[in-house]
Amino acid sequence: MSANKQEFTITVYTENQIGLLNRIAIMFSRRKINIESLNTSPSEVEGIHRFTIVINETEDVVRKLSRQIEKQVEILKVYYNTNEEIIWQELALYKVPTDEIAEKVKVERLLREYGARAVVIRKDYTVFETTGQREETDRLVQVLEPFGLIEFVRSARVAIIKGSNSFHEKLKEFEETEPSEEVIENEFLDKQDEVFSM
Amino acid sequence: MSSIEALTEKPAPRKKAITSISGSAAVLEAFLAEGVDTIFGYPGGAIMPIYDALYDYQERLKHILVRHEQGGIHAAQGYARSSGTTGVVFATSGPGATNLVTGLADAMIDSTPLVCITGQVFAHLLGTDAFQETDVINITTPVTKWNYQVTDATEIPSVLAKAFYIAKSGRPGPVLIDITKNAQLQKFDYEGYTPCEHIRSYRPKPIVRKEYIKEAAALINQAKKPFVLFGQGVILGKAEKEFQAFIEKSGIPAAWTILGLSALPTDHPLNVGMLGMHGNYGPNVLTNECDVLIAVGMRFDDRVTGRLDKYAKQATIIHLDIDPAEIDKNVKATVGVWGDCKETLPLLTEYVEQKTHSEWLQKFKDYQAEEDKTVIHDELHPTTDQMTMGEVIDSLNELTGGNAIIVTDVGQHQMVACRYARFNNTRSNITSGGLGTMGFGLPAAIGAKFGAPERTVVAIIGDGGFQMTLQELGTIMQAEVNVKIIILNNRFLGMVRQWQQLFHDKRYSFVDIASPDFVMLAKSYGIAGSSIEDRKDLKSTLKKMLEHNGSYLLEVIVGKENNVFPMVPQGCSVSEIRLK
Repeated sequence: MSANKQEFTITVYTENQIGLLNRIAIMFSRRKINIESLNTSPSEVEGIHRFTIVINETEDVVRKLSRQIEKQVEILKVYYNTNEEIIWQELALYKVPTDEIAEKVKVERLLREYGARAVVIRKDYTVFETTGQREETDRLVQVLEPFGLIEFVRSARVAIIKGSNSFHEKLKEFEETEPSEEVIENEFLDKQDEVFSM
Repeated sequence: MSSIEALTEKPAPRKKAITSISGSAAVLEAFLAEGVDTIFGYPGGAIMPIYDALYDYQERLKHILVRHEQGGIHAAQGYARSSGTTGVVFATSGPGATNLVTGLADAMIDSTPLVCITGQVFAHLLGTDAFQETDVINITTPVTKWNYQVTDATEIPSVLAKAFYIAKSGRPGPVLIDITKNAQLQKFDYEGYTPCEHIRSYRPKPIVRKEYIKEAAALINQAKKPFVLFGQGVILGKAEKEFQAFIEKSGIPAAWTILGLSALPTDHPLNVGMLGMHGNYGPNVLTNECDVLIAVGMRFDDRVTGRLDKYAKQATIIHLDIDPAEIDKNVKATVGVWGDCKETLPLLTEYVEQKTHSEWLQKFKDYQAEEDKTVIHDELHPTTDQMTMGEVIDSLNELTGGNAIIVTDVGQHQMVACRYARFNNTRSNITSGGLGTMGFGLPAAIGAKFGAPERTVVAIIGDGGFQMTLQELGTIMQAEVNVKIIILNNRFLGMVRQWQQLFHDKRYSFVDIASPDFVMLAKSYGIAGSSIEDRKDLKSTLKKMLEHNGSYLLEVIVGKENNVFPMVPQGCSVSEIRLK
């Protein structure tokens, strides 16, 4: 277990309930932890929501937090992963004056190099879109800044866990009133040091 | 239809007679179905429809009108703790609801099952800064196990069923349901009440895994100096007998947290005393000498552990808890046993060998003898003119025989009461442990009496804490509650003063507190009372108090600058405990 802070992505499966965002968010603010990125979206299971939260912390703190979040009544399951264990992307939009772009940089080259896509091209401005990881989207900001970048926005991270199974199966277990013996209830105790979830 | 829909589809419920009732009546029907008999509450604008419905339920539901919502929720906590059931509270919107917050936080940290119903403004007024509107759900989120706002009456039966289920199952805690006034008034087709038994996103307890029990048992069987720490989990799990069987078979000395107090009779030969900052000498010192530490239903609070990096580092730790978030939270467990101790303890007992650890137990006794000589003897049999808190508790023990419920407030008197009160029965010590809420004692004692009407309830309160919720004398008067109140008056905010003396060069900053004439105050509420300062009056007045028919307030003037010892100073290890 590393005592150093690093980026962790916390994936939270929840019921679709008003107020849950607050219940989750205060778990972080209570410990004075800054949320780097937070995304809520539907999941692969109908009616089940999925929060993707990125924080910079030690694994010890992340594990404790994950357990405290999972303990909340409407939370079904919490996973936490390092960047190596996930596939993740962020989306960024850039608005630049069309003149500048057309005159000073070769738009074509830009698009190809950064995998950007022009979403809107108007006489006065152009909006580009890129999808990628933080460094990639940040690099394009640097490139575009000298050309009068008007507006920049980046979405929260969305992430897929490399080693996950479908949540459908897990949900089936949760729906059982009397969980069968096969339901692994103490799984977090099995792998105390490399726990993946509680 | 997706597979999940197919999965969640429930068989059609049996047809029940359908009648049209109001949301308010549905709340009260839910209470009856859940076996509620006593409600602590205070009416107001946004909860008036529920109070109107209550008018017709007076024969079946006892409502205790408190004098402040904080008093109401502490009373419900006292009720829940003495009875082992769920406490129920009514409050109105806005200030009524915000006045509950301290009690919710207290119940949350001390795992007390409560269902609190707050009125709320009409749904169409939400978010408009309406009269007595406050965002109760968001205010109470961090201090509730679950909360929910109802805006449609048809939700009430299922939401209340969930509320009671969540409050009392697993690790218990407070639940708050906020009901808008329109939902209280709304009539709907009521199909009866079905208790909740399962929520897919909530697993109150796991299936116990035997391999961890076996691992734990193997460690215990090899131990030369095993030591058990127990907390309220034993009481909440109703596992007192199972716990006793476990320590008796394994022969392991056991020490308690202040919330675990009374789960094991005081005079049990393996009961070695209190843990923590003002706990007993032996349990604190020997925490850092034992080889296997077995924690049962306790959460290693900082007041119990002192400095964590010097806490039981030599020991193998076994932690039994129903809340997986507690395992490894403060102290890393070698073996974590996740489960209800009602189930885990008997399994563990089965696998441990019958043993006695007389030499090891003797070590506790040796430390006890030293503490007796240095601290306890002077506290219980002082030679000073002024009385000590300890001798009051000691005399009380003699008269109650250890059979009373002792409710304490927070401060020096609380530590002294926990240290010296004797208990024969479980659910007999009611105190605010985790939150340390001054003002808890008096209202909690009222609730405790309703929760256990056949028992003697003695509230032991300081002069500071008493003045925080003394308005509840009005509740005692009106509801004719038979509680015995002892105010241990040292004319100081004693615990803060003690810290100022020891750690702030005796700079007594705002701890000198004046008090009213408590006896005259009680008298104005029709409560009998007396005040004593002389040791020779102590036993006779205590006797008079206990024999008095009805509530009684006894003020005992005690030494002004007495300190509670032993003490583990903040930032020190448990083995650095000071005797003076």
